Amino acid sequence: MLKKILVYTFLILASIVVLGPILYAVSISFMDSKDVFSGSLLPSSLHFDNYVAAATAVPIVKFLMNSLIQAGLITIGMVIICSLTAYAFVFLPFRGINIVFFLVIATMMIPWEATIIPNFATVRDLGWLNSFTGLVIPKFAGAFGIFLLRQSFMTIPKELQEAAEMDGCGHFRFYLRMVLPVSVPMLATLGIYTFLTSWNEYLWPLLVTNDNSVRTVQVGLKMMRAEETSNNWPMIMAAVVLVILPTLLIIFLGQKMLQKGLTSGSLKG
Amino acid sequence: MAKTSINKKKSKFPVGIWYLLPALIVFSVFLFYPMFKTLYLSFFITDTRGDAIFFNGIENYTDLFHSKEFLLSFKNSFLFVLYTVIPTILISLFLAVLANEKLRGSQFFKVAFSSTLGVSSAAAAVIWLFLFNPSIGLVNNVMDIFGMSGVGWVTDKSFALISISITTIWMHLGFNFIILLGGLQNISEDLYESSKIDGANYFQRFRKITVPMLSPTLFFVIIIGVINSFQSFGQIDIMTKGGPAGSTNLIVYSIYKDAFVNHAVGYASAQAMILFVIILIATLIQFKVGERKVHYQ
Repeated sequence: MLKKILVYTFLILASIVVLGPILYAVSISFMDSKDVFSGSLLPSSLHFDNYVAAATAVPIVKFLMNSLIQAGLITIGMVIICSLTAYAFVFLPFRGINIVFFLVIATMMIPWEATIIPNFATVRDLGWLNSFTGLVIPKFAGAFGIFLLRQSFMTIPKELQEAAEMDGCGHFRFYLRMVLPVSVPMLATLGIYTFLTSWNEYLWPLLVTNDNSVRTVQVGLKMMRAEETSNNWPMIMAAVVLVILPTLLIIFLGQKMLQKGLTSGSLKG
Repeated sequence: MAKTSINKKKSKFPVGIWYLLPALIVFSVFLFYPMFKTLYLSFFITDTRGDAIFFNGIENYTDLFHSKEFLLSFKNSFLFVLYTVIPTILISLFLAVLANEKLRGSQFFKVAFSSTLGVSSAAAAVIWLFLFNPSIGLVNNVMDIFGMSGVGWVTDKSFALISISITTIWMHLGFNFIILLGGLQNISEDLYESSKIDGANYFQRFRKITVPMLSPTLFFVIIIGVINSFQSFGQIDIMTKGGPAGSTNLIVYSIYKDAFVNHAVGYASAQAMILFVIILIATLIQFKVGERKVHYQ
């Protein structure tokens, strides 16, 4: 009993420390400037107008939409391309496929940040600056996703493949009708994780966009900081809340899935 | 891919390659090619567009290691890794051990402790920039209560790196918590049960069972932590812009600034190669130890 109380006490204290900065940001987003400058923890009254101010200072709604498109497209591309690759590794092993397997492992040793100089030039020369194409296509594949799905596909009984073969079912139909449907939980896990990391991406969108029509919301936060209004903390925090709300929601709903996927993907892959 | 019936006699290469091609194209164009191109550029002086003009041998590299600015960046990048990785893992492990207790409502705490995974570097930077604000920020206000005089967290060159580190530790808690909790859940319950029968207390069990059984996971989060910390950028760009006096000019920020602000692309490429080698070594260590773990089990 004593132990239980002790654990609960620690759990609650720890949640306050971890969630504190987020909750405080939410609180500030409802304050007026007097509350902020007096250093109070809670707003004296709820000021929703900070959100209106944030939406007018920079086109934050447009940026949110852009981020949704950017992260959504990367997620779709990643799930399709990684599942195709993983399918080949599991169901289409040919002599020499180990070379491809090795190449996928090799990608894990290359930090994206070390490749930005030529990548920027490539995207510029293709005329992809300030476009969703340039924002998303370079991010369409990753070793983590390939290995995560490969593991998941390996649990599919070989009898299924043999039965499909008997029925004269081609590989693409088998992939589409059988492998993908039974792997929905893993595909969803990869999708959630990819969406989170893409939504939160900062460096690449900063490099390849300088136009409001494609800017993502993360770059929007930087702009807001640089504006003359940078002392209007309630407005800035309102923008922060809008930026983190979608991803926090995903974690609230998908924590268990992420837990399973990240653990199996990272430790056994 | 019209009639590609599954056939054991024929090679699967003609079919398989179509499934592999999209990933191979993305990796080749946006990962392998740029890595070689970076290596190439690192031996050249370039124009402002980033095209190689004349061969400079290893001069970019020798210049780097004679540059006070880069040596400071290099040193501070390692210091930053030291300041962030171990504290992040210790705090996350504490959180994971707590959340792994079978109590009512533990799922709520699991979500709470995972939450910082959803906070982008830009958002975390803005939040902590406020908390570190010298006059109205919570950190100085709290220090004030305890009779300590506040400091200019992000504007003072002896505190800026620490401020960035604290922000980064907080940001990385969610991911590390999730991985460590997964590791804890993989430890068989039987081990604990039999040790209880043997009369081992909580701390003995933690030292003799939890830590050894968790060591592959701990090793994994250390390596990933080192890699992630070396790649930090967003929080620096928003909080300090590498300053004051270059004290937070960590390696990725330095690459970014030299390539895209100063247009010294060859010089920046040499720094990118150094980053590559650091990450390469970290990954190889992970593979080596990960492999051993598999063999011994």
